[in-house]
Amino acid sequence: MTTVSQFEQTVPGGEIKGRSLWADAWARLRSNRAAVAGAIVLAIIGLASLFGPMLSPHDVGQVYRSYIKVPASTTAYPREAEIPDLLKTALRRSRADITSLDVDGDLVTLTLTAEREIDPRITRSVERNADFTNVQIIETSPDGLSLTMQMEVTRSYFLFGTDANGRDLLTRTLFGGRISLMIGLLATFVSLIIGVTYGATAGFIGGRVDSVMMRIVDVLYSIPFMFFVILLMVFFGRNIILMFVAVGAVEWLDMARIVRGQTLSIKRREFIEAAHACGVSTTAIIRRHIVPNTLGPVVVYMTLLVPKVILLESFLSFLGLGVQEPMTSWGVLISEGANNIVEAPWMLIFPATFLALTLFAFNFVGDGLRDALDPKDR
Amino acid sequence: MLAYAVRRLFGAIPTIFVIIAISFFMIRLAPGGPFSLERPLPANIMRNLEAIYHLDKPLMVQFWIYLQNLVQGNLGPSMVYRDLSVAEIIGSGLPVSIQFGGAAILLALVVGGVLGSYAALKQNQMSDYSVMAIAMVGITIPNFVMAPLLQLILGVELGWLPVGGWGEGAFRNKVLPVIALALPQVAVVARLTRGSMIEVLRTNPIRTARAKGLPERIVIGRHALRAALLPVVSYLGPAAAALLTGSVVIETIFGVPGVGRLFVQGALNRDYTLVMGTVILIACFIVIFNLLVDLIYGVLDPKVRYD
Repeated sequence: MTTVSQFEQTVPGGEIKGRSLWADAWARLRSNRAAVAGAIVLAIIGLASLFGPMLSPHDVGQVYRSYIKVPASTTAYPREAEIPDLLKTALRRSRADITSLDVDGDLVTLTLTAEREIDPRITRSVERNADFTNVQIIETSPDGLSLTMQMEVTRSYFLFGTDANGRDLLTRTLFGGRISLMIGLLATFVSLIIGVTYGATAGFIGGRVDSVMMRIVDVLYSIPFMFFVILLMVFFGRNIILMFVAVGAVEWLDMARIVRGQTLSIKRREFIEAAHACGVSTTAIIRRHIVPNTLGPVVVYMTLLVPKVILLESFLSFLGLGVQEPMTSWGVLISEGANNIVEAPWMLIFPATFLALTLFAFNFVGDGLRDALDPKDR
Repeated sequence: MLAYAVRRLFGAIPTIFVIIAISFFMIRLAPGGPFSLERPLPANIMRNLEAIYHLDKPLMVQFWIYLQNLVQGNLGPSMVYRDLSVAEIIGSGLPVSIQFGGAAILLALVVGGVLGSYAALKQNQMSDYSVMAIAMVGITIPNFVMAPLLQLILGVELGWLPVGGWGEGAFRNKVLPVIALALPQVAVVARLTRGSMIEVLRTNPIRTARAKGLPERIVIGRHALRAALLPVVSYLGPAAAALLTGSVVIETIFGVPGVGRLFVQGALNRDYTLVMGTVILIACFIVIFNLLVDLIYGVLDPKVRYD
């Protein structure tokens, strides 16, 4: 896949510069188009999730009662044709009729008539609807039965539509991504720490300690995983952070096996023997020599574990066991979308696309890393 | 082979025992109990209820009683669904789950096997890439997204199939859940078959078969496929155990009365006996299917010996 000339880098002076294994792996990774595309997608989704909710004009929890389940659209709400209806709803209780209505850009001029004198405080009932601001009475008829007011319409964009409570779906999708990604990374980190420590210890000490430690892993493997997770849910209540620390604490089994296998193959090498001969302690050998050398497969497994955890979180949230309101995650959004699929399909499609894209990207990057770090395996 | 199977089944007893013990004590550690309601029951009623279900005894005694009943094949009464025993509840859900799971596995094996072999034969051609791209989609999109999407497309937009509901088990109502259940499996099987088929096609036995002048149909169908299915079998073993014992997501979305939901419901309601019953059921399925995998290996691969 890579030609020889790509690998030969000549430095001024004509010497051939040596290349480390990591540099080789990096070059292989960069030439893997799927992996690079995956990494770019991940970066975009990550940045959007991190900064999107801050930049969005809508707050995550902000409810627009007049825009419940409005479809995704690139034009602003309210549409010109919807303004009369909005005003009618706002003035429903005022016992005044709209006699004329004039929309000019963002400026609306409205004339009301009623059989009794109109209270000027009527502006408040219009203002209570968040779509209208700066409501001013510009003219009142002498008998007070008719009144003209002017107001500004707030235009809002809902690029992904809104959900069943009238909240902006774009903001919520990005915010949900923040939670989903954070949970994925957090749980993976926990499982990394436990798995690497456990696996490296078992593999390095070997013998009876190793077989007992791995037996424990075997037994934990055979427990239905869902059972574990649901019990953890029960223990940790609705605290998602603790919960996913706990999920990480369950997901370390594969990691421990991988690291143990690697350790077994490394510990017979000469440099470990040399370290022993120099009187380096066991902990130091594990930390300084064993763990860094198991890094390749561990990194690969990590990139594949993150989507697994995100999926798990979504699955739990889908069942109503995971993230709770007012927090949200892709799983929660997908579950809400699935419940409203007939009348509001966009509620499913957007969060599902984000989730699927992320999973795809992680898988591509993971596959790319595996090919790059372990060329034998192809 | 029979002796081997019997030995394996007996060998699984300690594992199952450990699973039972861990599950038993873990669910008891969870706060709340089957009778803790929003409005607490009067103390004396609570005491009577706990006495009936032995919940007032020390935990170790409860465990001993449970094991004694279990050895006699008695999974005990459900603590939440009054008048029903755990065996009855599982007995009503399991046939449904087995039906759905079985159909999905069959579909996965046939469609996935055919697609995977086809892709392997056309390696690095356009049709290979497209099959693998579709498989990638099938693997990455989780079933709780796929199922509503199928509902949307086949049910709402095209109106071919009912969106949900059980419909007293009518065939039309079963199609969508089975497809949703099978799709990810089809994708995995296709990928596995392709990978191993490509390797098998390069081996000496296949070269020999071709050199003998056997028609390609027989080379692939009889010789190559047999060897290529080995990794598929070892994947499908645990997968089948999981599918046959029901999928929570699919059952929830389509309103299928299977076993999958029992477990989650049981855990949430602290229905101790029901949770234990489903855990034991799942553990037994896993043990049996792992054994089946090893036995099928012997049929597919003459190099495997049981001793």
